Amino acid sequence: MIQSKNMIKTIGDKMILKGISLEIDGGESVAVLGPNGAGKSTWLKITAGLLKPTEGELFIAGKSFKKDHLNLKQLIGYLGHQSFLYDHYTPVENLTFFAKLYHLPDPGDKIHRLLDEVGLSFFKHEPVRSFSRGMIQRLAIARAILHDPEILLLDEPHTGLDQQAVQILNQVIQRKKKEGVTVVMATHDFPQVMSVCDRAVIIKAGRVKDDVSLQQKTADWLYDHYERQAVQ
Amino acid sequence: MKRILMPALAIAGKDLYSEWKTKQVVTTMLIFSGLVIVTFSFAFDPSNQAVRALIPGMIWMITIFAGILGLNRSFVSEQRNDHIHGFIVAPIDPASIFLGKFIANFVFVAAVQMIAIPLLFVLFDFRALTGASILYLTGVVFLGTFGFITVGTFLAALSANSKSSEMLLPILLLPIATPIIIAAVQATKIVLIDLEAISGAMSWMQLIFVYDLLFFVAGLILFEYVLEV
Ligand SMILES: Nc1ncnc2c1ncn2[C@@H]1O[C@H](COP(=O)(O)OP(=O)(O)O)[C@@H](O)[C@H]1O
Ligand SMILES: [Mg+2]
Repeated sequence: MIQSKNMIKTIGDKMILKGISLEIDGGESVAVLGPNGAGKSTWLKITAGLLKPTEGELFIAGKSFKKDHLNLKQLIGYLGHQSFLYDHYTPVENLTFFAKLYHLPDPGDKIHRLLDEVGLSFFKHEPVRSFSRGMIQRLAIARAILHDPEILLLDEPHTGLDQQAVQILNQVIQRKKKEGVTVVMATHDFPQVMSVCDRAVIIKAGRVKDDVSLQQKTADWLYDHYERQAVQ
Repeated sequence: MKRILMPALAIAGKDLYSEWKTKQVVTTMLIFSGLVIVTFSFAFDPSNQAVRALIPGMIWMITIFAGILGLNRSFVSEQRNDHIHGFIVAPIDPASIFLGKFIANFVFVAAVQMIAIPLLFVLFDFRALTGASILYLTGVVFLGTFGFITVGTFLAALSANSKSSEMLLPILLLPIATPIIIAAVQATKIVLIDLEAISGAMSWMQLIFVYDLLFFVAGLILFEYVLEV
């Protein structure tokens, strides 16, 4: 589903990604781990089409992203550090706007269903300005899955969330997994990795340091493994 | 074409609806225009015939400064939650973003002009308007504003990433927009004061039209590179 071939990104004279090669199959859920500044967000941004790689190639669903990015972006849902939401708009207004950007013809019902799912139906006509971080992130995930993407790219989605928001977020991710959506998540949150992902990729200093299956592994094992790979 | 136009209308609609809710941009523009008109009407005696010669300049002064007020906010307002990144990851052509922002900026300025220009005529007691001159004036104002906002929208996006974008935009905009402003003022002067010489106004308008077309097409094509992060 996602193929990143020897991807290099330089900004200024700093080489942030030094050749990331990764292959992620359809339906997999992959955690991208690594210390701060490793290049996780940069790699996700390139995969979402927000940045252009300096060198290397990206294939989504077997097609060259460079050549066909307008159509391929329709397959991707991206949740970055920022919500992309408009403060003075209500959840319904925000999602209606994004539905138009994603060429959804008649999004009304779906918007209300999604707001139900993320537990915001009570606030759907309140401006987002007054929302807590957890509520904003719940709305942001609804925004990211509004167009039923086949790939979900999440950049530290659990950071700074309250317990309820974490639960709702995980429910949404689990449901998407069941539907066969490919999930890629950069995170520092090991318990969440164990509950959501079945593979972990460790990136350090712009390189893939390790790539392990999480099947039948415990959080402790992952933690030890990560310590050995990433810190030293 | 529809794939470019529909998202553009969504973006323009979003900006217009935000403005409808907050009324920040148009209110500021209107206050500014009102100040210009009132100041000039006190500084010069409106009943003096010679003072009419100021009107073309004032129309464009209002357009330029009201325009810059709106343009400055146009992309800076998309930065708070990285909205512009939301546009980039969406499956839309960069031309849609340019077109959407252009439409919104144009509507803001046009709304201000629709109030300020008649006010100008009333306060300066300008009665020489005929049906024909109103028609020509509308044409000149439309073409000139179109070009100014085209260049302005492009440069506003370009300068939005800079820390001093409020200063950068006018510095970039004024030299590039100077030809269009000169042509627009000249054409307006002929239309309002010397309608007999309308053929002169026509050639100025042709010049503006070519300028509009060139920069509009360039904006649609090149906007992709402005967005590159
Ligand atoms: N726009 C930028 N300009 C310069 N350096 C950047 C830019 N974006 C990221 N970096 C640098 O790239 C490195 C990787 O950043 P990032 O991908 O955000 O890491 P991570 O998400 O793994 O913490 C960091 O050292 C960061 O300082
Ligand atoms: Mg990061």
